[in-house]
Amino acid sequence: MKKTTIKLTAIFSLAILLFAGCQKFLDVNPLYTQDAENYFETPVDYERALTGAYDLLQSSFITVWIGEIASDNAIAGGESVTDTEGLHEIENMSHDAVNNEIRNVFRWNYAGITRANYLLENKNKIDFEGKDKIIAQAEFLRGYYYFELVKYFGDVPLVVDKRLGADEVTAIERTPKAEVYVQIEKDLRSAATILDWTNPQKGRITKGACLSMLGKVLLYQNKFGEAAIVLDQVIEEGPYALIDDYTKLFSVANEGNSETVFDVQYSGAEGGGYGCLICLEGNAAPGFHGIRQYNGPVYGDGNSYNLPTEKLFNSFAAGDVRRDASVLDIDAFIGSRDITYAEGGGGHTGYYNNKYIKRIGEIGLPDNDLTSPVNYRVIRYADVLLMAAEAHNRNIPANDGKALGYLNEVRDRVNMPTITSGGSQLTDDIWLERKYELSGEGHRFFDLVRTGKAATEITGFQTGKNELFPIPQVEIDLTGGNWKQNPNY
Amino acid sequence: MIKHLFTLVLVASICTLSVAQTTISGTVKDSLNQPIVGAAVVVKGTNNGKITDPKGAFSLQVADASSTVLKVTYSGFKNKEIAVLGRKNITIQLSENSVGIGEVMVVGYGTATKKEFTGASTQVDGKDLEKLNIPRVDQALQGKVAGVAINTNSGSPGGGASIRIRGLSTFGDNDPLILVDGVVYDSEGLNALNPNDIESINVLKDATAGIYGVRAANGVILITTKQGRANTKPKIEYSTYFGMQQSAKRLSLLNANEYAVIKNETFANGGDALPFSNTQLGEGTDWQDAVFQNANMSSHNITISGGSEKTTYSIGGSYFTQDGIVGGDKANFTRLNARVNLNTEMSDRLRLSSVFLYTNEERSALPENGIGSVLYNTINAFPTDPVQETNGTYSYLEEVSDIINPIAQIKNTYNTSYVDKFVGKEELAFDITDNLTFTNRFNYNFALVDQKAFSPLTWYGPGKAQNTALNADLDPTQVEIAPGTLIDRGASVYEARATYADLNFESFINHEYNFRNIHNLKTTAGVSVFSRNGQGLGGTAFNIPNNSLEYADISANLAPGGFLNNTNSFQFQERLLSTFVRAQYRYGTKYNGSLIVRRDGSSKFGPNSRYGIFPTVSGSWMLSEEDFFKWDKISYLKLRMSYGVSGNDQIPNFAYRGLLNGEGDYVFDDVIIKGTAIGRAANPDLKWETTRQFNLGTDVKLFKGLDVTINYFIKNTRDLLFQPNVSAVLGTAGPGSYPPIINAGDVSNRGVELELGYVGKKRKDFNWSTSFNTTYLKNEVVKTPDGVDFLPGASFGVGGNIATRFQEGHAIGYFIGYETNGVFQNQAEIDNSPVVQEGAEPGDLRFVDQNGDGKISFSDDTDQKELGNAIPTFTFGYNLNMDYKGFDFSANLYSAIGQEIIRNYERQQPFANQLSYTIDRWTGPNSTNENPRLTTDLTRNNVFSDYYVESGSFLRLRNIQLGYTLPTKLLSRFKVSSTRIYIAANNLVTITNYQGYDPDVGSFGGALAAGIDYGFYPQARTIMTGLSIKF
Repeated sequence: MKKTTIKLTAIFSLAILLFAGCQKFLDVNPLYTQDAENYFETPVDYERALTGAYDLLQSSFITVWIGEIASDNAIAGGESVTDTEGLHEIENMSHDAVNNEIRNVFRWNYAGITRANYLLENKNKIDFEGKDKIIAQAEFLRGYYYFELVKYFGDVPLVVDKRLGADEVTAIERTPKAEVYVQIEKDLRSAATILDWTNPQKGRITKGACLSMLGKVLLYQNKFGEAAIVLDQVIEEGPYALIDDYTKLFSVANEGNSETVFDVQYSGAEGGGYGCLICLEGNAAPGFHGIRQYNGPVYGDGNSYNLPTEKLFNSFAAGDVRRDASVLDIDAFIGSRDITYAEGGGGHTGYYNNKYIKRIGEIGLPDNDLTSPVNYRVIRYADVLLMAAEAHNRNIPANDGKALGYLNEVRDRVNMPTITSGGSQLTDDIWLERKYELSGEGHRFFDLVRTGKAATEITGFQTGKNELFPIPQVEIDLTGGNWKQNPNY
Repeated sequence: MIKHLFTLVLVASICTLSVAQTTISGTVKDSLNQPIVGAAVVVKGTNNGKITDPKGAFSLQVADASSTVLKVTYSGFKNKEIAVLGRKNITIQLSENSVGIGEVMVVGYGTATKKEFTGASTQVDGKDLEKLNIPRVDQALQGKVAGVAINTNSGSPGGGASIRIRGLSTFGDNDPLILVDGVVYDSEGLNALNPNDIESINVLKDATAGIYGVRAANGVILITTKQGRANTKPKIEYSTYFGMQQSAKRLSLLNANEYAVIKNETFANGGDALPFSNTQLGEGTDWQDAVFQNANMSSHNITISGGSEKTTYSIGGSYFTQDGIVGGDKANFTRLNARVNLNTEMSDRLRLSSVFLYTNEERSALPENGIGSVLYNTINAFPTDPVQETNGTYSYLEEVSDIINPIAQIKNTYNTSYVDKFVGKEELAFDITDNLTFTNRFNYNFALVDQKAFSPLTWYGPGKAQNTALNADLDPTQVEIAPGTLIDRGASVYEARATYADLNFESFINHEYNFRNIHNLKTTAGVSVFSRNGQGLGGTAFNIPNNSLEYADISANLAPGGFLNNTNSFQFQERLLSTFVRAQYRYGTKYNGSLIVRRDGSSKFGPNSRYGIFPTVSGSWMLSEEDFFKWDKISYLKLRMSYGVSGNDQIPNFAYRGLLNGEGDYVFDDVIIKGTAIGRAANPDLKWETTRQFNLGTDVKLFKGLDVTINYFIKNTRDLLFQPNVSAVLGTAGPGSYPPIINAGDVSNRGVELELGYVGKKRKDFNWSTSFNTTYLKNEVVKTPDGVDFLPGASFGVGGNIATRFQEGHAIGYFIGYETNGVFQNQAEIDNSPVVQEGAEPGDLRFVDQNGDGKISFSDDTDQKELGNAIPTFTFGYNLNMDYKGFDFSANLYSAIGQEIIRNYERQQPFANQLSYTIDRWTGPNSTNENPRLTTDLTRNNVFSDYYVESGSFLRLRNIQLGYTLPTKLLSRFKVSSTRIYIAANNLVTITNYQGYDPDVGSFGGALAAGIDYGFYPQARTIMTGLSIKF
């Protein structure tokens, strides 16, 4: 009996050992999805990875908010001062290193960079016709995202053509701004040589977008001579022209017009909720800017954020159509009509951003008060003209003649009188023109900082501190606490 | 001695034919000297046997009465072998197999007597749970087992609970492994189990749970369902109860008059126009009165059990239904259960055990927890607005866009889920020899989960995000689906079906070896193959006809071309391959040792670390059996020690791989184009969390009736699996992208458990017993990942600051924020304060400068400190049972002490209603030093501080019950053997200082969100009456 036991035990043990060897049982593969490590096998893989890298452009709404709210153009608004508290702090220039909105800027742009890097890291895996154009677009996107970061934060870690492992982040340092600019210029120049002036597919980056972006990047570095050359090329060789009617610039119907140099594309087909704004395919800015509990014609319901100030409204010259096209005076609009709306507890100025606002017919399909299909105009031809004017005017030697030509082209379109000034007066005139032409589009704060006017125009702005936003404290902590915070935060 | 007997028996059986026969007769009795009918009495080593008659008697022919050994077996009792030693008439007493010292308990792939068991475990009798009339088994366990903390995550019917055995050891999944008759039953699905079907529960708390290897780190709960007894007539038990539930507590909120006054002041302080010209608005609307209602619950339960000579059975059926105190039938939970347990001896050596459990569940649910939930809307709704306007429309509560009328919300919510669950096993055990059993079993757990949510066209008021209609006339919104093509977006229905199937094959041998009657070795070795598959499909159909629930089905969609339909699907599979060995050695009656080794391979982990080995050693010493032990007050004293390693593999599948399942969509040519993006970043080295647990314990019986169990444990968990908040530079903050899951961080839990049980001396008509248990627990994070000081957890307010953390030197998910020190009374106080608090004005909270740098820093954590945590320092459970003649009384108390709760159900919005403590707000110098001023201006009073932290300690009378058992004489003519009627109350009294609805706050969002009260659905107070009849 005992022997049987031993035998059986032995057989059984053997069976267990054999059984344990059958490891294939555990090789389970995920279904219907691709693995990051065996990707880039076909041209379609590249195409789709590029689309993924474009995706983060849709974070543009946050730049429209911060670029306006941080400046003298707008207040934060909203339901109450504790709703999106980060924007209220930015409005008051009391923001510090704990601020969700600022952190989002930091995170989303790095997500975009990582997606572009993922493609560029694998750019030599296969060859096919048209690959160069895909690579060029990825380079542009990386340059764009890095420029956003430099604008906000100054020195930022530079990661190129690779993805970092989790253990590598604690070793990474903030790269000096100048070095990041070198990479941005390199990417944009490289992309510009490959891409064409036009692309039949709406929303694709073009040569014009690359050069205009490069011009802007050069202008931010006060490299006026180089900027002038690049922007002149856009004006002279590019297919762009101002459209006649300024008031029609920001409608969905008029997208892709001759003034479009670079738009971030949105769609209303998907809608969405407030839980993940970066996941939306529609533009969240109009929903946030819209009139709270609005019930009436033309406009849709919104959340009364990013409200233009009276100072901005009153600054326009008499007869300038850009005032009403940029700023909605709600009481004047309502007049004696039976239209109702509510004021938000977060502030009320009586004005709304009329460029990016919820309009009837431009709502997201499955939601009413959040998304809109309206594109964000990153660079309009008018901006190119004004940047070129500034580059020529501030270059040494200056070419004020050319500068005046560009400036007045922008003014002519809205029937404003011709300007004839020169020198630093002309510089001031160009800067003012930027305010009138581009208000509500998220450029104002960065223009004020760049031109050294922020302290005089923005209440509470502290020179030597507020030129940059603080690096989010949590990001400093997560990389090991070695980064030095921006001055005076 | 035994050896000699054994030899004799062998010789005897060989010589059977040649020797004259002797007759032995006898009686088999239970411990109360009642005869046992149907027990099998067999001459050991032969087929010669008899079944006891109705008087418990038997008689047998044997060859040699002096050397014969009889083996007596009876289901529900311990097997007994007795040497006849020449006697002609013997009385054999069997002891019951119920749980108790010396009795057998299930320990995973085998059984052990409590005396020889070397681990720390607690058994709970099914009857104790049944008696509480609590619909969910785990909730019923609260306060019953030392070291096991159970919190309610939602008090809504069918709502969940969290079970934490010996603290939180991970901020991932802390749920224990739950096995019902050996079948894995996930804790989320525990609603499906009928408490009446349970015979007993055994909670394995220490490392001896390691027989379950990579799934054992959070402890193991073994549930055994009821079984029949051999040779008994069908026994029928019917029980029912009916209960009325009501809200146990209301919050103290502002009435209309107070609200108007306070809001006027708030707006005036912010320099805004006053919202109320007249503040004399009286009481106004009590929204809590409008929302809370009395709700019914009822249960019917029937069990039939019995058995023939070779087969035993137990069949159960039950119906349970419960409405919600919020929402009534819109929060209904209804459950139907059926159960069959069948055991049959197919031959002398082959036994079949079959268990089949079926559940049908239907649960309707309302939005719970946080913004958008019914209770959140109730708390924050304005008392100045009526529930309904005079024209019958529900008021709009217009001033805050995310607060909607809760009554309208209940009315317009139709959200029901349906579950069909089939759980069971087929088990064949073959006795290869008397000492060697080979068991093969097939376990299954199959669930079908359906969901249907209907959204009619509704209008909650202008600007409300929950509106589905365009306007108050309920016109549908027009949407452009393609350039120029407009269609209506009408009422919609979301439907989804998911199926989950667990298949598990297990094969193991149990061997018992006795040597010289002093060495006893029990070994178990086996394999287990486990696979889990799941898949689901869901979709939304718009344009349901007539805006009516009656047509709410995807097939009824009227949208042209099927437009607007959103579909989704998912599928997953996971597998586990395991081998295990256990050896239990006993020397005499004094010394026990056990060794367990399990090797698990899990498909959840990367090829680099797919297999893990989990060993456990344990031992015990029966001190009271030693000759030198002469203290007669103590009849039983055992010392136990165990140490072992176990794992936790509860992470998402394929976490080790970098999958391109992120969202990378963009718009070209006005059409959304799907791109690819990395989802979760890869970590091929990913492995399980490893828990090393040490336990030192003792079991004592003293003073004839007092049972004492004490355990001290240290439980260290290493290589915590988590998805940290990683640096933005890794690029994982894009849509659908996530940081990698990594192994980092250590957590330690230390504690002491004490369990006392006392059975009062039996008197003629009066019996009583009582039990008490308490647990002391200290939880501490020992290590965080390199280069990371802490991991941020849940946030406070809406999009507000992070309030909880995972940080070295603190409990998991401890609260961190600012410490307050009263309120600034005037400007001079601010100006003269040695600490600069930027933006402070009179009436603002004064924060404490923790780092002593003379200023309060709001941009980092240098002035923040620990403000508490959600883990109780002590928990207590107390049970009392008494009966006198036909009457019985029982009470069950539970208390948790030392934990804190974050008050996070107040919407910090100018118009939202507030708790009445705001009446004592700061209104001017020296008005109060407690509550800050109210204003619409931006202040720092809303940052997370101790102002929002409250003590969560409480003592609760969970159940109190008075019953009466009718005299048997009265009923015997109806063949009724026993009838009991009772009245009972659950959750009758709670003593606490907590302001919220219910201090028994679980977690809605993992370990780092524990103790944050988002306005969760409180547990009801229930008054019940019930009846149970046995035939």
